[in-house]
Amino acid sequence: MTRATFVAFLSHWWRNKLQLAMLLAGLALATALWSGVQALNTEARAAYATAEALLSEDGAAQLEHPSGQMAQDRFVELRRAGWLVSPVLEGRADLGETRVTLIGIEPLTAPPGAGPALAAQDLEGFVAGTGFAHPQTLREIGTSALDLRPSNAVPVGSVLVDIGTAQRLLETDRISHLTVNPDQPAGLRPLNEVAPDLRRIPPGEGAELGGLTESFHLNLTAFGLLSFAVGLFIVHSAVGLAFEQRRGMFRTLRALGLPLRVLTLALVAEMLVFALIAGAAGLVLGHVLASLLMPDVALTLRGLYGAPVPGALQFNPQWALAGLGMTLAGTAIAGGQALWRLWHLPVLAPARPRAWAQASRRGLRVQAGIALALGLVALILALRPEGGLVAGFALLAAALLAAALAVPVLLSAMLSVAERRARGPLAQWFWADSRQNLPRLSLALMALMLALAANIGVGTMVASFRATFIDWLDLRLVAEVNVLPANAEEAARLEPFLAARTDAVLPMLRIDATLEGQPGQVYAMKDHATFRDNWPLIAPVPQVWDRLAAGEGVLVNEQLYRRAGLDPGADRLALPGQDPLPVLGAYPDYGNPLAQAVIALPRFQDAYPGAPVRQFALRTDNPQALIAALQDEFGLSAAQITDQAQAKELSMAIFERTFVITRALNVLTLSVAALALFAALVTLAGMRLTQLAPLWALGLTPRHLAGLELARALVLGALTLLLALPVGLMLAQVLLAVINVQAFGWRLPLQVFPGDWARLALWAGLAVLAAASLPALRLWRDGPAQLLRGFAHER
Amino acid sequence: MNARAMVITLASLLLGAPYPGTAQGFAGLGTDAEGFAVPQRGTPLAFPKDHGAHPDYRIEWWYLTATLDGAGGQEYGVQWTLFRSALAPSEAEGWDSPQVWMGHAGLTTAEAHFSAERFARGGTGQAGGTIDPFVAHIDDWHMISRAAEGADAYDALRAHARGADFSFDLDFDAEGPLVKHGDDGYSMKSAEGQASYYYSQPFYRVTGTLHLPDGPVEVTGQGWLDREWSSQPLAEDQAGWDWVSLSFDDGHRMMGFQLRGTQTFTAGTWITPSGDPTPLPDGALRFTPLAHTQIDARRVPTSWRIEWPEGELDIETEPLNPRAWMDLSISYWEGPLRFSGSHSGRGYLEMTGY
Amino acid sequence: MTALALEHIHKSFPSAEGPVPVLRGVSMTLAPGTAHALTGESGSGKSTLLHIAAGLETADAGDVRVAGTALGALDEAGRAALRRGRVGLVFQQFNLIPSLNVAANLAFQARLAGRYDAGFVAHLTARLGLDGLGARYPEQLSGGQVQRVAIGRCLAARPELVLADEPTGNLDEATGDRVLDLMLELTAEAGAALLLVTHSPRLAARCDTRHHLRAGLLEDTA
Repeated sequence: MTRATFVAFLSHWWRNKLQLAMLLAGLALATALWSGVQALNTEARAAYATAEALLSEDGAAQLEHPSGQMAQDRFVELRRAGWLVSPVLEGRADLGETRVTLIGIEPLTAPPGAGPALAAQDLEGFVAGTGFAHPQTLREIGTSALDLRPSNAVPVGSVLVDIGTAQRLLETDRISHLTVNPDQPAGLRPLNEVAPDLRRIPPGEGAELGGLTESFHLNLTAFGLLSFAVGLFIVHSAVGLAFEQRRGMFRTLRALGLPLRVLTLALVAEMLVFALIAGAAGLVLGHVLASLLMPDVALTLRGLYGAPVPGALQFNPQWALAGLGMTLAGTAIAGGQALWRLWHLPVLAPARPRAWAQASRRGLRVQAGIALALGLVALILALRPEGGLVAGFALLAAALLAAALAVPVLLSAMLSVAERRARGPLAQWFWADSRQNLPRLSLALMALMLALAANIGVGTMVASFRATFIDWLDLRLVAEVNVLPANAEEAARLEPFLAARTDAVLPMLRIDATLEGQPGQVYAMKDHATFRDNWPLIAPVPQVWDRLAAGEGVLVNEQLYRRAGLDPGADRLALPGQDPLPVLGAYPDYGNPLAQAVIALPRFQDAYPGAPVRQFALRTDNPQALIAALQDEFGLSAAQITDQAQAKELSMAIFERTFVITRALNVLTLSVAALALFAALVTLAGMRLTQLAPLWALGLTPRHLAGLELARALVLGALTLLLALPVGLMLAQVLLAVINVQAFGWRLPLQVFPGDWARLALWAGLAVLAAASLPALRLWRDGPAQLLRGFAHER
Repeated sequence: MNARAMVITLASLLLGAPYPGTAQGFAGLGTDAEGFAVPQRGTPLAFPKDHGAHPDYRIEWWYLTATLDGAGGQEYGVQWTLFRSALAPSEAEGWDSPQVWMGHAGLTTAEAHFSAERFARGGTGQAGGTIDPFVAHIDDWHMISRAAEGADAYDALRAHARGADFSFDLDFDAEGPLVKHGDDGYSMKSAEGQASYYYSQPFYRVTGTLHLPDGPVEVTGQGWLDREWSSQPLAEDQAGWDWVSLSFDDGHRMMGFQLRGTQTFTAGTWITPSGDPTPLPDGALRFTPLAHTQIDARRVPTSWRIEWPEGELDIETEPLNPRAWMDLSISYWEGPLRFSGSHSGRGYLEMTGY
Repeated sequence: MTALALEHIHKSFPSAEGPVPVLRGVSMTLAPGTAHALTGESGSGKSTLLHIAAGLETADAGDVRVAGTALGALDEAGRAALRRGRVGLVFQQFNLIPSLNVAANLAFQARLAGRYDAGFVAHLTARLGLDGLGARYPEQLSGGQVQRVAIGRCLAARPELVLADEPTGNLDEATGDRVLDLMLELTAEAGAALLLVTHSPRLAARCDTRHHLRAGLLEDTA
């Protein structure tokens, strides 16, 4: 009996291959997008964990000097006081064909960790100069003087070496910081007595990649979830249609004495099989998708946060299982309604469309209520913006969900108005019919609205950001030529030459520092019109440039200004080795994850003697001649010289890269939404034959009817786009004013780009047309035959 | 000796390189194949120079043990050791130094045994052994001279070490002279010619404080210092050793060991109360296990019968705590004992290779 | 002028064993104001003949003229226009547009044909006993009410030809009889010709003329 049931069940799919394809495609797509995004997140997070586990597996605290480095004797001093600390030296160095972060550790004193474990494989070789690097880094390095071995335990872009090797390569006898072994003997003198000038950084806070990149991953997850939800709409459509079409079969099977339990079981088994097949395909697809996106994600994370993420994807069973779990859960949600209806299906009663319509009208009221409540939640969240990143995303989720739930309610109201105003009988029917079929399409339209709103919101955010960023770049990159001296000696030799050949030489000096508890940098600024004329400032005090030049205060970047809540004119900022200085103002500093402070050059040189010049920004009327002279007379390599155009190009390239993923996901989400609409329209088309047949009999051609069907889809799409516009703008505003401030530390003005909307409208129109054209085409071509059947069949 | 040639093992364990089997038969050359100095018979020890480190030898240690009594009659044992192991026969500043240092500390009560270890590389000041003033240290663990001006640095010492849950501060005051083992400090370790330089100070009176989880304990007792350095201490077939230092109730002292191999090699020194040594050649001593203790997967002979027929010595030892296992990167048994039989007294036992 | 003239209509349907002829030269003429019944076994082709008369299907051979217009010369759009203006159709089920209420359904075809007359529709509504049901939707009506609305809608457009395919097939006998009475009455009043397809000889007997379809040919039973 069970076997016969299955055969009956499956024969349906055999006859409705398109439906089956839709169901499988929906499930596979939902799984693919969700698991793909999760794969990206998992990979990146694994990379952060690798980076943190390198120095200590249990999470060791760090001891840091405010200057960012300390004499090696501080290590011996603390050891001789009984503290189990281990020295670490980190620094950037050219190795082979690339620049890497050298991480020098002392394996004998290091707390247990991935790095020391690697070193212990061949301790003698390690202290003699063997190093370890990620295979990807090894490829980037090519050949170098170091004996390097591959290890996935080392973050991408870093090279693990003995501290002695690191000191030799970085030409220093100092160390960066100390790791504090989590297990210390009892009875030691407290650290604040033994080393009062060293700051203890609790485990996990030193490497703040997790925190810095959280926004990025939340962003990806949100997109993944959105795509998943949209994919489920497709599944829901397909399962719903299959149920409707098999209603008669179910009834017959029940009437033949098949127990409800067996029928339920068969339906569950069927869905489970589909979920597993489609889920597996989705995982493969998701992995492919993630592999395609991974290089861009890695570049984004490296460019934006300096996070060491490899560009290649490892297979991780964790996300695969999680993805499959989501598929099963999603299928259960999408198919749950069908099961519920199966249990409530009277054995021999005809369909009762009126009851269903009433139920859907009641549902609409409930939906409006929920939408209102969620809108209220969003409003409350929006009025209390101090909740942090998670609250920001909660606000977005509530607002989007409220908007999505409101879509059928609002569309119904709009169609009802149109119906009342319609004159001709056909127009009247058109609107009435659209409204009547709205419940069947509302899920797909909600999905479309979400996708469109996300497109508008993210597009507006990116475009606003780009516009602001370009203006800012023009102001920021005023120097015609930038020169990177190879070392301090070359800098010293270059300076007089440059002074004679240019209108202005603006040296760039920098130290690493912890500012208001955040990793950051202190820069020196030479008093020059270049800065006075061009740097846009946020909340500057009066005579800000004069006071800065006089060494009376400090400028901070917007990130630090917002995160630390600094008030120019009122607050002071502590810099390493200096008394706290008044904050004079803030400046935009887009694309930089670090806190930054700027003080006058003389003050910097007094406070941090010996800090080398890292770059010269040069003002000149004839950049090409200057570049030629630098190359000819000093033999500077092309890599050491960038002109303005190159610098801008580079900055814009980094900027564009930042949003590659966002845009890719945007397009995918819109595509999935179009597919959801397609699934819903195909479903609907099957049910609508009996609704359209009378019109045909009354003298409308199938062609006319098909045209009306297309028009209806377009009108619904257009109305949905209309609803999506304000939602998208709200989304953009939340992204710019809440999420960006929380995630990156800068706030941007919202700019509106109607041209982009027109383009989106075009794309959306095409997507809707594409979705509606197959059912319409079928109606047109096979219309008469199908419509005739419409009179004969009971549905 | 403490035959603590395991520092060689340490070197190979720690540094991952298989230790090249000590080449035999070139004792006369003065150096081995890798350029390390090799002990020479007839080279007199010189003090205070030999109290300090010998970086041109592969391995070296400063080894203090003490049998102690608390005011309430409880017995304790304390061990303080600093090992040096060289990757190359030289010293250099900073991280280029080929010297590796390891500290071991142990504290034994009848109920418990505490141990701790430390590692360091030479060249930075984290560990070392210097002569004037005498300091041997690793991190905050130290053994420093308290001797008066002009006296031998080892006449008076202070030792400190600290583990996760214990520490000790002890003063060692010598009541007799330094004692050279073997042939005026040249100590044979196998029939094939392996040897080390080896001398001791076996006559310490000890006072000080032990810090235990239950609180501080004032203690007094007897102590023993071993100094040994070498480049080739063990023959290839030698798997481990059993070593004792004994303080007799009548004021005599004795050091004895057996190296277990295809052929057991024994040696020892009988020391009169005034510090005159008599070397005991291979075969003079006989070690017989009497009772074993199961420690994890190991079966360790913690009670011994030791015979020196020629000296009419026949004693049986009893450990204060049979579970005095040093559970460290390199593990072995080391703890205080009492002995009885033809003679009675207290001492320290070390056993490796189980 | 005749309301409907069928001449030598041939129609066959494809099947696995080749074309199966359903109509093999059927001819029939309906004068205005007359009621004709078409009976036959299930599958005898009576519905097909009605569909051909309505231009919903096309004949393989033969001529169809509705109120003097030859359907053979018309394309799909022309046939639809003819249906809109000249022909009223009543089926066994799915006659009404579910998204429109009764009033809108009643007026629909008349407005589509540009022949809407509020007074006439009101008259029909009253005659059909549909007063007070104008705001209801089809799903809220009984089977008899649905068919009465369908008849009203069809007649409101003042067609020359009414084609009805088992219009009372879903109704109980008493209701069906009432509906048929109304239909016969009103088509006669309107001067339209009626072709009623039914399998029931009892119903057929109430028409002026009866045709029986057997083996693809008419056996007029007068």
